[in-house]
Amino acid sequence: MDTDFKVMDCALIAISTGEQAQNLRELRDRLVTTHHGCIYYHFWGSLLRPRFDDPEYQNDFAIWASRSLHDKRLAEQLSLIDPSIYPNLDALRQEIVEVIEQNLYESEYVPWAKLGDQFYFNRSQIVVFDSGILVKDPEQLVGLINHLPLGSIFYHFIDARRRSKEGRNDFSLWLDRLGEKYKPLSQHLDVIDPYFTTLNELRREIDVVFHDYITGGA
Amino acid sequence: MASLLEQYAGIVGEEVIEHLRQLANPLKDMKIVHVNSTREGGGVAEILNRLIPLKRELGIDANWEVISGEKKFYQCTKKMHNALQGNRDDIPDALLRSYERINKQNYEELKTKLVDADIVFIHDPQPVPLLDYCSARKGKWIWRCHIDVSHPYRPVWKYLRKFITGYNASIWSLAPFAQPLPHIQYLIAPSIDPLSEKNIDLSEEEIAVFLDEWGLDRKNPIITQVSRFDRFKDPIGVIVSYRLIKKYAPVQLVLAGGSASDDPEGMQVLKEVKAFAGNDPDIHILELPSNANRAINALQRGSDIIIQKSLREGFGLTVTEGLWKGKPVVAGDTGGIRLQVINHHNGFLINTPEGAALRIRYLLKHRDILETMGKKAHQFVLENFLITRHLREYLTLMVALMFGSEERIELKLSVS
Repeated sequence: MDTDFKVMDCALIAISTGEQAQNLRELRDRLVTTHHGCIYYHFWGSLLRPRFDDPEYQNDFAIWASRSLHDKRLAEQLSLIDPSIYPNLDALRQEIVEVIEQNLYESEYVPWAKLGDQFYFNRSQIVVFDSGILVKDPEQLVGLINHLPLGSIFYHFIDARRRSKEGRNDFSLWLDRLGEKYKPLSQHLDVIDPYFTTLNELRREIDVVFHDYITGGA
Repeated sequence: MASLLEQYAGIVGEEVIEHLRQLANPLKDMKIVHVNSTREGGGVAEILNRLIPLKRELGIDANWEVISGEKKFYQCTKKMHNALQGNRDDIPDALLRSYERINKQNYEELKTKLVDADIVFIHDPQPVPLLDYCSARKGKWIWRCHIDVSHPYRPVWKYLRKFITGYNASIWSLAPFAQPLPHIQYLIAPSIDPLSEKNIDLSEEEIAVFLDEWGLDRKNPIITQVSRFDRFKDPIGVIVSYRLIKKYAPVQLVLAGGSASDDPEGMQVLKEVKAFAGNDPDIHILELPSNANRAINALQRGSDIIIQKSLREGFGLTVTEGLWKGKPVVAGDTGGIRLQVINHHNGFLINTPEGAALRIRYLLKHRDILETMGKKAHQFVLENFLITRHLREYLTLMVALMFGSEERIELKLSVS
């Protein structure tokens, strides 16, 4: 049926572009021209890569600024860029370049990284496949969300923003198609911040929203 | 007996294994051939020994072939290995001719399997020229480099490069290792196998037997570095750290490495380490045979803190092993160690013997933090650095290669 929600899963594989930056100016120059997939990978890809639940900085550019350039101010500014509010990757790219240019303008010297501490530009390929789970109605998702693979959370909540015209998550789009009854639920989901978190945490948050709404807690 | 996948499900969870099954669906019955130069010994053989049966259980027709050669061939490939890691040593033409001739001979033996395969994985430099002889190949060929090639000796890299450029793709362990090549370069970090002798759970009794044998007293803290006797592993720096800690805590230090008898530089380092250690009864220098996996396992499990004071490191699988055993790791802030050790979460990244001493003293003083970090360390490896993650990335790469080259590959197949 059209109203069913097919849960998809995905897996990401990293690809080296061979591009690297030794200092902040080189980072800026590469950012202007690099594959847009690099912007995606270094902002969103980190959610599917090793990290602890409370990362100090949210994206790879900020981590490099802190760890290799020892520029905490820049790291904080880069970390605060929220990729989910930009309509596309080029707009996000422009914002990162702006932040870096402002720092270069204000700085008395160009911050350098030690040899061996370069920034390496990577991108990724994403393989999307059927998880085999078909959801008939939102009620069925209560309790199920917490058992979905993290790849499914990434696909339906993060990757969806890139696929949909509205830049929204798949759950909200599906709920809206089901009629007025679930509008408040989709609105609750829309306000979840997907960036300053981890996939585990995000899964818990989505589960709570579904649970509270369906069981009347919200 | 439970299948391998079932055994891994017991460790990583059924959800992870189900994810692998779904991902492997479109690869069912594909002919995959892996080629390397040894069936036993070394990290590559260790990984293939597990990956091949796992792929077969997932319905992939995976096979493993091993090329063989003569003395000159191995002399050549040993030199190549060292040169790729930065050793400035030219390889005589006679050895290179032997290298190419042996590859041609091996090709003749493996011809049918290689021509018919859907995907061929060639591991490390030894079998690299096989591709040149296989002009009738039907499938995709991938070169898997397990070596740290961040600073290769250029003449040797240039020689190998002419063979490697013909591959459809290559795989590197870390981004800094990747070299400019005209094909797609995937990144797959190494992993450890939780079911191997080196990582499997051991009883307290068995651990105690090993520790007693080495004269270690479990009542006092044990700090251990497991690595070959190599200057880049900074064993002298470890002893300096130990002496700084010893003033405040009754620690014992273990430096465990393979026998250095066939490695002149290793022997020299070992000699220097022994001289520097002097007659301190609390410094234990263990020369363990390369197959002493259970002993190393027991040593890591019996230790309170693992140290890996490397000055330069590829990935650092001994760090992964230490973390897996639930131990905080105090390690050099370099290379792949940075992917594994996260300050204040599962250990500390350090730059000097003093830094190592400071962090170890802190952990010994705060046992509760040491315990918490140890638990997080184990969980971190469970989620990120086990062979199941390695397998997932291999499967993703194979699907990507077979079903499209775009950024996004959507499989239309439904789940069976």
